[in-house]
Amino acid sequence: MSRFERQIILPGFGAAGQEKLRQAKVLVIGAGGLGCPALLYLAAAGVGTIGIADGDVVAVSNLNRQIIFGEGDVGKMKAEVAAGFLQKKYSDIRVEAIPKFLTASNSLPVIGKYDLVLDGSDNFPTRYMVNDACVLLSKPIILGAIYQNEGQVAVLNVMAEDQPLVDYRDLYPEPPAAYEIPNCNETGVLGVLPGIIGTMQAAETIKLLSGYGKPMINKVLVFRLPEFSFYEMGILPNAASKKKIPANAGAFAAMDYSIACAATVAINWGGALSMQSKYPDNVLLVDVREIDEKPVLKEIECINIPLSVLEKEYGRLLMADSILLFCHSGIRSEKAAYTLKKFYPAKNIYSIQGGLMHPQSPIHHQHHVT
Amino acid sequence: MQQSAETKDIKIIAFGIIAEKIGGRELVCNGISDTGALRQWLANKYPGLNGLKFSIAVNRKLVHENCTFDNESEIALLPPFSGG
Repeated sequence: MSRFERQIILPGFGAAGQEKLRQAKVLVIGAGGLGCPALLYLAAAGVGTIGIADGDVVAVSNLNRQIIFGEGDVGKMKAEVAAGFLQKKYSDIRVEAIPKFLTASNSLPVIGKYDLVLDGSDNFPTRYMVNDACVLLSKPIILGAIYQNEGQVAVLNVMAEDQPLVDYRDLYPEPPAAYEIPNCNETGVLGVLPGIIGTMQAAETIKLLSGYGKPMINKVLVFRLPEFSFYEMGILPNAASKKKIPANAGAFAAMDYSIACAATVAINWGGALSMQSKYPDNVLLVDVREIDEKPVLKEIECINIPLSVLEKEYGRLLMADSILLFCHSGIRSEKAAYTLKKFYPAKNIYSIQGGLMHPQSPIHHQHHVT
Repeated sequence: MQQSAETKDIKIIAFGIIAEKIGGRELVCNGISDTGALRQWLANKYPGLNGLKFSIAVNRKLVHENCTFDNESEIALLPPFSGG
């Protein structure tokens, strides 16, 4: 008796459907609230090759929804823990860990190795980047996304008879700025919501790969948890938004998705300090001035990572959900924010306006900063 | 008293942050007949929507260009979600 017996006897799925799954290669981007349940079902169903791309580490606050991980995994790379967990459960599939954040400069060769992408990422720069890469490489996208009490699922970029090709930019032509839509770290979420949406993504992935049923090609479904209600909408091609997709691999690699999504946010001292006191475990205040700059700060609880070494030392910021950057006048912290956003597209990165020279700065009165 | 066809309210369903900004998941408009005018009406009535991007579905199809609708139409406002 094979472990797939119950789906092989399912009328319309059969041994042929199972063989298609065995030969399929699926890349799951983001081993988070969506990726975890999706991964469990894809592996259980016998998808032959599963890649898991995530550059983040497990945090305690992930455990209400990222159900592959447990208390002992905190601080470990999500992609490696998830790959190890699934590989140990099932020896008949191949699970590949890609323990890094995908970017415009590294994603094409990774995505190119798979047949389909399940997008479970948690930020807009990654979603637009993954979309454009999949359009360039002609890979279907099974998209999932959540906001507080609602989730969306869409099946995109699928070549199908009598259907136009539509992608994420046909659904949302304009990339929103990151600050327009708060993420789960800020709004809260019941763990079961991404569980439902991620499981729907797995279902559509399995259907599309095996040819079972009718995948919801060119549609977006919105699910509302409080009322348990569904709303489905058709997606039509948009000639104008197609033009925003880079024309080739070179143009794609040169595209800065963090700027396209206006990912950094300016904040004032009052907002920054209240955020720090409200979420002391998740918010990190970072002084990006050089080591020898005056004044030396004793009044502010912060760490010092000079802008000149930020690209080498960004790993020190891995555990924070939100990073508040400041410098003397607010100019270098702005640069630092853009630099950091490339390494951490999902984190909330703020530059404190006016820096230590600002009248609201906590040290302004004491030191007469000029 | 029954409303005449011209003044019948059009039902609008809002999702995500758009529902938050307008203070409810359902609203009605009256005397608006295309998506361009609808966006303008929403922007004037709900300043909190300023700068927020969202797509509009007319009768459960997301439309791109300015699209006309009638008072039997069902309108939905769908913002992108980023969470995962």
